[in-house]
Amino acid sequence: MWNYSEKVREHFLNPHNVGTIENPDAVGEVGSIACGDMLRLMLKIDRATNRILDAKFQTFGCASAIASSSALTDMIIGKTIEEAERITNRDIAEYLGGLPEQKMHCSVMGRDALEAAIANYRGQRPPAPVEQENVVCKCFGVTEKEIRRVIRENDLHTVEQVTNYTKAGGGCGQCRGNIQAILEEELGQKRAREAAPRKLTNVQKIRLIEEVLEREVRPALRADGGDIELVDVDGDRVIVAMRGTCANCPASGTTLDQYVGKRLRELVHPSLYVEEAKP
Amino acid sequence: MKRVYFDNNATTPVAPEVIEAILPYLREKYGNPSSIHTFGAEAGAAVEKARAQVAALLGAHPDEIIFTSGGTESDSTAILSALESYPAKRHVVTTRVEHPAVRSLCAHLRSRGYRVTEVPVDRQGLLDMDALRAALTGDTAICTVMYANNETGVIFPVEKIAELCRERGILFHTDAVQAVGKVPLNLAKSAIDMLSLSGHKLHAPKGIGALYVRRGVRFAPYLRGGHQERGRRAGTENVPGIVGLGVACDLAAGAMSEEQTRVRAMRDRLETELLRRALDAHLNGHPTQRLPNTTNISFEYVEGEAILLRLDHVGIAASSGSACTSGSLEPSHVLRAMGVPFTMAHGSVRFSLSRFNTMAEVDYVIEHVPPIIAGLRAMSPVGRERLKSVAS
Repeated sequence: MWNYSEKVREHFLNPHNVGTIENPDAVGEVGSIACGDMLRLMLKIDRATNRILDAKFQTFGCASAIASSSALTDMIIGKTIEEAERITNRDIAEYLGGLPEQKMHCSVMGRDALEAAIANYRGQRPPAPVEQENVVCKCFGVTEKEIRRVIRENDLHTVEQVTNYTKAGGGCGQCRGNIQAILEEELGQKRAREAAPRKLTNVQKIRLIEEVLEREVRPALRADGGDIELVDVDGDRVIVAMRGTCANCPASGTTLDQYVGKRLRELVHPSLYVEEAKP
Repeated sequence: MKRVYFDNNATTPVAPEVIEAILPYLREKYGNPSSIHTFGAEAGAAVEKARAQVAALLGAHPDEIIFTSGGTESDSTAILSALESYPAKRHVVTTRVEHPAVRSLCAHLRSRGYRVTEVPVDRQGLLDMDALRAALTGDTAICTVMYANNETGVIFPVEKIAELCRERGILFHTDAVQAVGKVPLNLAKSAIDMLSLSGHKLHAPKGIGALYVRRGVRFAPYLRGGHQERGRRAGTENVPGIVGLGVACDLAAGAMSEEQTRVRAMRDRLETELLRRALDAHLNGHPTQRLPNTTNISFEYVEGEAILLRLDHVGIAASSGSACTSGSLEPSHVLRAMGVPFTMAHGSVRFSLSRFNTMAEVDYVIEHVPPIIAGLRAMSPVGRERLKSVAS
């Protein structure tokens, strides 16, 4: 038996906003009975302010699909289209106090229905028919684009997670190798993004430099009866003063560049360099 | 809250007489049957008494009964024993609707180089006998076909299949986990070579089962070690479980006619009323060639897990072949093998009764199921449209 949160049970047993809207301003429909879940979302929108006045849903699906639909309608009523657009599947799951991992695809279905409804409101054509895109999972009709998006938005790391979130790979399983390849590509890009130099404010930079000096540098200097003090940070220039035995140490110039500077470049920012304060 | 347990194909309540019989073997009679002293002797005697009780229910000799940990171990033992006993034969015949205990093992065997033929079933879940006949070859080491299907209750003609196998010199095994205790058996008069049964499906505890191996059938043990079970299944005997299984078999023999009359009458009433009261409800499985306790009904346009959780909310326990209840994303392999359309497979619910149920419970379920189905259909984007079009 699934371990559903109280909130999921509540929204499943007594769902909010079930039904249809007469003359809706937007309709979004996703899923199919064959796939095991299907959601139709209808919105009433104030065209002057773009505010969602009412939302109703009809869902064929399991408890978490019904609860996700109910939660979604609660979340978007009163919001503008622009605000609603920022809702991710994670927001829906969090609103429900979490979903079992194998049921995350229900929150994705909610997000997809909202997206389809907004596109419909804006008079955009529904997203390109699945045949025109690169369908990775033929059993459940899941495209490469969808898989990449869910990996990014939910920080996924395994094929199993991708299946739990999109159903892709959950049928015959033949596409699992392709999903793995997409996953590796995405994870590679993520590592590259993370490895890129961070943009730091001056305060952040000073705090980080202080941390590194305290943790990495001072213990070694103090062992020799010396110390180091941060005097100022000017752009990439880190100005320090040497104290105690270090103040008169002939090796301090080398220490600064080879040791302190190197640590700061590794741990804070690659373009930093260290200078000793002029006495 | 009222609680109604209609999931007896999953597991059954332990009979009070079984619990009473087990307790002394947990308390004072805790000896190891292999020991030479009185403690050992009384435990050993209890095991042999239980063996006779199990044999009596099956119409077998006591020395044809091997106690195991349950249905899965019995199935694995039987199939692997056949392959080890006939190493030159590299082919296994089975069906598309077996329990995972057989199905997953066969898939594994296939990956190890064995050839496996899965015989198909028709829309009513009946086996394609022509395909089965055609599948049996000189290379076939074993044919394994379940006695009755756990999801639909459909009974297969295993006696007939056993004859076909015997004529061809092929071992025949049946997973009879769902049939033992519900269907009268007389293995002395049948051609079945091996048969698996599980204690917890017939009011004994979990963790005990048995494998029947006909006298003279070649056998290779699955578990090696001590000399227990005459060297055919090593490991210290689960004495309390074995005692419980013996008593449960005794009780089942006495209750056989009740299964065929009172339990069947409850099942029939439940089935008839649900099919009548819930629109677009269909029976899965052959209407008559079926266990007396099982009914599997598809409620179109609603999803099984949602039905089960709403049933649970009013205290009713059942199960479903829908994708969502299993954690897999596809509906039951049994319903798919039968060609049940997805729209119906997702909304399938299995009710399985036992002699511990009452007609009052049946009425309670009949009262609660239709509004739950109607409530979920009112929410469904497809059901409603269809109902509208039917009305207009």
